[in-house]
Amino acid sequence: MRMALSDWQPLPIPPLLWLNTGVLVLSSIAMQCASLAARKGQVDMVRLGLASAGLTALAFLVGQLMAWRELSADGYFLASNPANSFFYLLTGMHGLHILGGLVGLGRTTVGAWNGARPQRLRLSVELCAMYWHFLLFVWLAIFALLAGWASTLIDICRGLLT
Amino acid sequence: MVDITPADAVPPAEVAEMELYHPHSWWTKYVFSQDAKVIAIQYSATATAIGMVALVLSWLMRLQLGFPGTFDFITPEAYYQFITMHGMIMVIYLLTALFLGGFGNYLIPLMVGARDMVFPYVNMLSYWIYLLAVLVLVSSFFAPGGPTGAGWTLYPPQAIMTGTPGGQDWGIILMLVSLILFIIGFTMGGLNYVVTVLQGRTRGMTLMRLPLTVWGIFTATVMALLAFPALFVACVMMLLDRALGTSFFMPAIVEMGEQLQHGGGSPILFQHLFWFFGHPEVYIVALPAFGIVSDLISTHARKNIFGYRMMVWAIVGIGALSFVVWAHHMYVSGMHPYFGFFFATTTLIIAVPTAIKVYNWVLTLWRGDIHLTIPMLFALAFIVTFVNGGLTGLFLGNVVVDVPLSDTMFVVAHFHMVMGVAPIIVIFGAIYHWYPKVTGRMLNETLGRFHFWVTFLGAYLIFFPMHYLGLMGVPRRYNELTDMTVMTESAHHLNSFISIMAFIVGFAQIVFLFNLIWSIRHGREAGGNPWRATTLEWQTAETPPGHGNFGKDLPIVYRWAYDYSVPGAKEDFIPQNVPGSFGPSREPA
Repeated sequence: MRMALSDWQPLPIPPLLWLNTGVLVLSSIAMQCASLAARKGQVDMVRLGLASAGLTALAFLVGQLMAWRELSADGYFLASNPANSFFYLLTGMHGLHILGGLVGLGRTTVGAWNGARPQRLRLSVELCAMYWHFLLFVWLAIFALLAGWASTLIDICRGLLT
Repeated sequence: MVDITPADAVPPAEVAEMELYHPHSWWTKYVFSQDAKVIAIQYSATATAIGMVALVLSWLMRLQLGFPGTFDFITPEAYYQFITMHGMIMVIYLLTALFLGGFGNYLIPLMVGARDMVFPYVNMLSYWIYLLAVLVLVSSFFAPGGPTGAGWTLYPPQAIMTGTPGGQDWGIILMLVSLILFIIGFTMGGLNYVVTVLQGRTRGMTLMRLPLTVWGIFTATVMALLAFPALFVACVMMLLDRALGTSFFMPAIVEMGEQLQHGGGSPILFQHLFWFFGHPEVYIVALPAFGIVSDLISTHARKNIFGYRMMVWAIVGIGALSFVVWAHHMYVSGMHPYFGFFFATTTLIIAVPTAIKVYNWVLTLWRGDIHLTIPMLFALAFIVTFVNGGLTGLFLGNVVVDVPLSDTMFVVAHFHMVMGVAPIIVIFGAIYHWYPKVTGRMLNETLGRFHFWVTFLGAYLIFFPMHYLGLMGVPRRYNELTDMTVMTESAHHLNSFISIMAFIVGFAQIVFLFNLIWSIRHGREAGGNPWRATTLEWQTAETPPGHGNFGKDLPIVYRWAYDYSVPGAKEDFIPQNVPGSFGPSREPA
């Protein structure tokens, strides 16, 4: 609804975000590999999957921070425009959730290296994978919304509400 | 329907019992405890303490309203601060925390036959974050500028502007931070309650054998997990508006002749977010009360609950419906007429499952063996009060009637009756009912009856006259009502009368607190099952239940929670863990 107002000046989407999206997809794939390996009981593959998922997720966070820096260097600050405010709010909250996920992932990874019981390991790897896919899905939705592809959907919603 | 469930119908144990955390020292046993029962008491004590603050605030407000101009220290700013903190504390930090954190923690594991919550560590964390939220809230009383005076709804833009107490000081920031902390803590506890009900039940305890108390708390928790995030984002966005100058909620605005930096924000968006949380919140408080009162009535009338399945589905139905009525709090905010029509309709539809519940309570009492114990008195008082408060809701739910009544004392009277007095009365009844299990001793009977009658009659003497004031047009939120045409001589007298009654009722609560503390040492020994009740918490080996709740073996459940006065049975109650058939049970097949 805010987008319809005149003061909504969409900010340019930094190309870096495409790279970040790719990195997050990779992270999710790595998680899925770890999850499949946990089901088969291949501890080495689980370790590899978890480690690469964690590293790619960290890379995603760093990329997001760099995108923020790029934007603020170009003068797109949090408070200068509602579009900016929503951009920073949504990406910030998403990043915080990734960070929270990394805590859980870290515990799982430590467990995988220290020889946690297979059943327990499998459960936590699968839960982490589910959370990772969910965050990827949320990120894709946010990205679509911020990049403006979802405008048809937004138009429909606006029609319903007004 | 004859109960022919043979004992071997109970499924065998599929998973091994969870490993309990065993405390090693005094600190981990009583302070940083992971035992749901200790956490429940911690939650209850904290909620009661902060509730006493809110009680004193209501006294201060009534001092000002009843005797305007007498008390110089109650400035208009202070009055708004009292209103805000009173409302926020009572709704969130007292009622929500006490029902879900207090009763939920104590009763869920015991009633479903679990040793503890599924995630005891997260449960402990939940309490400590709640305590932190309370401390941040309290700290705002000592912050420069005092607590926020924006009203408990915290509507922007006024909530974060100069002129509102705490708007440009620390007040509003501390309030928002405290709410954010509360929601984080609650989410931890809430996930625990939901998972415990779904995964932690003992053998034989099917969902349709759960006591209604558990159904009420469970549904309310699910609702809270869906509703609180709306408040959470609203708080985060307002915090950004206030602290970093964004404009989520702030329109272009001129203050003291100066154009503020904000522009383009939507205050209505906040109202939608707030009430998308705020309306379910009413039922988050009411549904546990519904569940508890069902169990109190059934136990103390020695009769099975009437229409158990209907009661369960009514709870779930009310929970679902309450998410599509929120904008009835916003009729005067301006909205499309069809929008108002839609919300008025959904609001009135909620009356259907609610009425089903009231009829079923009355039919449970019908030809029951009613014992007028103190819990029963409170349960009866609840039914009457809830019906009264609900009836005025029919007025306010209709757009055309609501518009003239908006922002009058009628609204104050309505919501205090329906979500203030009614749930609090259930809390009292529940405390008199379960105190013997928690401490092993009964509360003092004489003090209890005194407490009941003063509270029940007093609450009516406070809030009934408020309806008349509201119909006369006396506005709410005004700190001084002199020199208004609607304030006739008699209206002034009525106001003074309400204030005096408020002091008397408040005093009765102090007697109640005294009773709570005194009876820990001096109460009559209760024994394991003083009310001769059927549910699992009364069948524990020890009273109060020890660590792990049940002794060596978990109980196995053979019947529903309401086998009272089964014809042919030796006693007038059959506990849930007693196998065998005794006669025609009314358990739904």
